Amino acid sequence: MSEPIIRFRDAVKEFPGRGRGGRRSAPVRAVDGVTLDVAAGEIFGVIGYSGAGKSTLVRLVNALEATTAGSVTVDGTDLTGLSESALRPVRAGIGMIFQQFNLLSSRTVAGNVAYPLEVAGWSRADRYARVRALLEFVGIADKADVYPSKLSGGQKQRVGIARALATNPTILLADEATSALDPETTADVLALLQRVNRELGITVVVITHEMEVVRSICHRVAVMEAGRVVELGDAYRLFSAPQHPVTRRFVASALRDVPTTAVLERLRERHAGRIVTVRVDEVAGSSAQVTRVLAEHGVGGTIVYGGITEVAERPYGSLTLELTGDDAAVHAALDGLRAVTAVVDHGTAAAPAPGEDNR
Amino acid sequence: MSPDLVPVLWQALAETAFMVLITLAVGGACGLAIGLGLYLTRPGNLLEHRVVFAVLNVAVNIVRPIPFLIFLVALGPVTRAAVGTTIGTGAFTFAMCIMASFVFARLVEQNLVSIDPGVVEAARAMGASPLRIVRTVVVPEALSPLILGYTFLFVGVLDMSAIAGYIGGGGLGDFAIVYGYRQYDWALTAFVVVIIIVIVQLVQWLGNALARRALRR
Repeated sequence: MSEPIIRFRDAVKEFPGRGRGGRRSAPVRAVDGVTLDVAAGEIFGVIGYSGAGKSTLVRLVNALEATTAGSVTVDGTDLTGLSESALRPVRAGIGMIFQQFNLLSSRTVAGNVAYPLEVAGWSRADRYARVRALLEFVGIADKADVYPSKLSGGQKQRVGIARALATNPTILLADEATSALDPETTADVLALLQRVNRELGITVVVITHEMEVVRSICHRVAVMEAGRVVELGDAYRLFSAPQHPVTRRFVASALRDVPTTAVLERLRERHAGRIVTVRVDEVAGSSAQVTRVLAEHGVGGTIVYGGITEVAERPYGSLTLELTGDDAAVHAALDGLRAVTAVVDHGTAAAPAPGEDNR
Repeated sequence: MSPDLVPVLWQALAETAFMVLITLAVGGACGLAIGLGLYLTRPGNLLEHRVVFAVLNVAVNIVRPIPFLIFLVALGPVTRAAVGTTIGTGAFTFAMCIMASFVFARLVEQNLVSIDPGVVEAARAMGASPLRIVRTVVVPEALSPLILGYTFLFVGVLDMSAIAGYIGGGGLGDFAIVYGYRQYDWALTAFVVVIIIVIVQLVQWLGNALARRALRR
């Protein structure tokens, strides 16, 4: 991994309890000892349920929240203990977009995008040219003179992205940037974030509770629970071999390719043959291998459930098949499948096997 | 109304205009400053400061509910120190400015707390200083309700000016009492009331129109 652009070292953020005196509630550790490196040029995902501390974690990067203990280093600058005025230039070098977009309703689209340029002291002429180029980049050049209230959610987030990119930041923080958008618009905005990363070389940190976001654009992922990072690694590995229960729940929520117990019961009603679920991914094996093994043993395989998608642009998924043929051939085929991929044998309708339920 | 009274009425109108406009200008500016102070130092906000907030908050709570007539009299010594006298248009305008500042401060604060904290956070994330955020985010985002609040203040100030008039400040209130009420000239009293109603209606209409223009929704 190249030199990290963001380094968390035992970072802690504690919020004081509410109330006063004896009735004061206990302080809340939103971020509890996080050590983490984000490499320059990657799209890094932080996923967790609400209240896991991910939004607080990302606010430590641009010091909207100050660390209680530990350190956060951004682009070589240790933010710990810096004064508010010393932090302002650091913040200006980090773009941020928000779930609720946070556009200024009193300014037009162009006025919003120009705002960080005014803060940075750009001349009027430079601002004008830069705003035009940015609106062009995010694809809403025709909305320059419109007020945000007239825009759709997707358009608002494009304005948010243009505004965040205005001062040529090296890092873009996306705090639940697609959570308020419908699936189609989400895909558009994610594609735009991917362009920001690829074409402009900007490091993107994505905070989300949607595994779909991680699946489509993240290179590496940290899974957070109760202020801690419980699992960290390559997005593809996380999907294919989730370790922590929280990660497994997220993976299951993103890909409903493995039949649940209820689904399995219905499958058994419809299909009398032996039902097996085979994993299809780069680590376990490809669907071509599955087809070949079945053909070798003269066993029929009907796909009854499942799907194959991409994670980090690599194939990933599982297929549930009904195997038909005589018993010996089916058993031989099962052994053959086990040699090429991960297999869960659900048995037949007459003799169901419990399988290993990993969901 | 006898023709002799016409110049007196004009004089009364001018006095009212003087008291109201000065109070709106001074009270508006001071009220905006105190209101911003309340908003900014409020716990969790940009310049969070428990002590400053508590002091401003208590000051506003003490001054605002005092009936203006009593406030006017009670402020006497301060007025004498500042203006040199406790009667007349100048003295009463001074008292009105102070009352208006505290009344408007609360109106300003109430309108500012309704601003989405997200936009303030976004501005902070872009490296904007608190002063810049006040100037370019807080005030513009709340401009429409602030205009309506200011219009509301106008009506309150006009009311104060009439009371001040009654105890010797001059203006329309004084005119209505001296030439209407005390002369049993109900028609004249009603005429002054109509003038006041027309002024209030015009200003309210203007305030609504400006507020609508400022609202980009």
